[in-house]
Amino acid sequence: MMQEIKQDARIAPSLPVISETKMGVEELDLFYGEFQALKDVTLDFPKNEVTALIGPSGCGKSTLLKALNRMNDLVDGCRVDGLVSLDGDDIYRDVPVNDLRRRVGMVFQQPNPFPMSIYDNIAFGPRTHGIKGKAELDVIVEQSLRDAAIWDEVKDRLKKSALGLSGGQQQRLCIARALAVQPEVLLLDESTSALDPISTAKIEDLVVEFASKYTVIMVTHNMLQALRVSTKTAFFLLGEMVEAGDTDELFTHPKDSRTADYVSGRFG
Amino acid sequence: MTLKILRALVYVGAILTALVLAGIVGYILINGIPHLKPSLFEWTYTSENVSLMPALVDTILMALLALVLAVPTGVGAAIYLVEYARSTSRFVRVVRMTAETLQGIPSIIYGLFGLLFFTTMLGWGLSLMSGACTLAIMVLPVVMRTTEEALLAVPESYKQGGFALGAGRVRTIFRCVLPSALPGIVGGVLLALGRCVGEVAALLFTAGTVAQIPDFGGQGIFALFDSCRTLAVHMYVLASEGLHMDEAYATAVVLLILVVILNTGANFAAKRLKRGM
Repeated sequence: MMQEIKQDARIAPSLPVISETKMGVEELDLFYGEFQALKDVTLDFPKNEVTALIGPSGCGKSTLLKALNRMNDLVDGCRVDGLVSLDGDDIYRDVPVNDLRRRVGMVFQQPNPFPMSIYDNIAFGPRTHGIKGKAELDVIVEQSLRDAAIWDEVKDRLKKSALGLSGGQQQRLCIARALAVQPEVLLLDESTSALDPISTAKIEDLVVEFASKYTVIMVTHNMLQALRVSTKTAFFLLGEMVEAGDTDELFTHPKDSRTADYVSGRFG
Repeated sequence: MTLKILRALVYVGAILTALVLAGIVGYILINGIPHLKPSLFEWTYTSENVSLMPALVDTILMALLALVLAVPTGVGAAIYLVEYARSTSRFVRVVRMTAETLQGIPSIIYGLFGLLFFTTMLGWGLSLMSGACTLAIMVLPVVMRTTEEALLAVPESYKQGGFALGAGRVRTIFRCVLPSALPGIVGGVLLALGRCVGEVAALLFTAGTVAQIPDFGGQGIFALFDSCRTLAVHMYVLASEGLHMDEAYATAVVLLILVVILNTGANFAAKRLKRGM
């Protein structure tokens, strides 16, 4: 009963509720020292859909993404007010941070494989969470690499250093590494912006597939990418969430004039 | 024109440096190698054979003991400063400033401190232990500062990657950050090793000049409190007595070879370690 009330209270006015909410933020204020990077943001992320966060540089979209798995904790002087929830639980109070980060995986802008073998990169997460058996790890490594569509390219060199891969391969490796801990949510922080168009297309295809299994939240500078990949989009400007809704709707019939200006390319 | 002069200056600088080094090494080799007699490598030192063997063993023991004390402490302190402490805290600034100041202090001051504290106050006498502890304090800032620099040079993204997978701080630091910093840390350890092997002043006050191998067989752990002389001290004694200059040069040759072997060994170990990780 409590759960239902909590759920009801968290329905954001700007997003029509069609499916179950996986993560949500409510009246979120975020400060870096004196600077307020997010202002009163309320937004729901529906389960098994791809939500894109768009907006010009410095609008707070990456900051919001990092608030969802508490990577902001690493920034000195960062302070968060408001509720961020995962399956209805307050992630800043009710969920241990290492559990949270296992359930909410992240892929960064620059590929960041560890300086170790491909196999050890993928096995790092499962090992962290207590899986030690070789046979079990072998299965996880293969499955994760297959899910990230890079198995065929690396299966013969699993023991080689991950740093020898190309940028696009490294990024798919990082996606595989994130998948290996069986996350529920995947955060992508402009994860294709450092890659060539072919690698970008491969990753976009992956993200579309992921929607059947994961809740995906992606920050992107590329509006066409948001259109191609996401079903929901939220537009940010100067730390405020201006508008959120179905991607097609937001791009074709934006309600706010600032959104209209941005998606039509008049600034940003 | 100015560019040409600058380029010439750079070449002159490089050639001078190489010449000075080659000159020193050549001079030592020419003067030392003819006097490398088998009697110099006898296990017991007498005033006839002036054997350098006990000093060679003492050098290795002394350097190892000093590093065993200084490296874990220094690396640990650096990890704390870089990964745990807030970079803006007053404590961190004080520790950094202290380390920098300690690095600039002449070694004889460390020797004096060792004499007053380890040798006299703790009653360890002139001994391997007093000497090693003094050397450890002397090289601690070197190890700490180089490790700090090495840790700071590791890309932040490795750490983020570790945290983002739900790894705790300890696991992230030891598995994602330290392996990349290892070559830099080894560099610092080599620098420290060099200072230990080459130190004389601090050891005259703390380890004494008895040319013998500590008798671990007979005394067990208490042999740590025997006086001993390292190769550098041995050289100093031979040269200052003036009776055995030839043997002093021969000792210098052995010391040079020892340093080369230790450096190569440490670099090799670092490469192996890095590949294994």
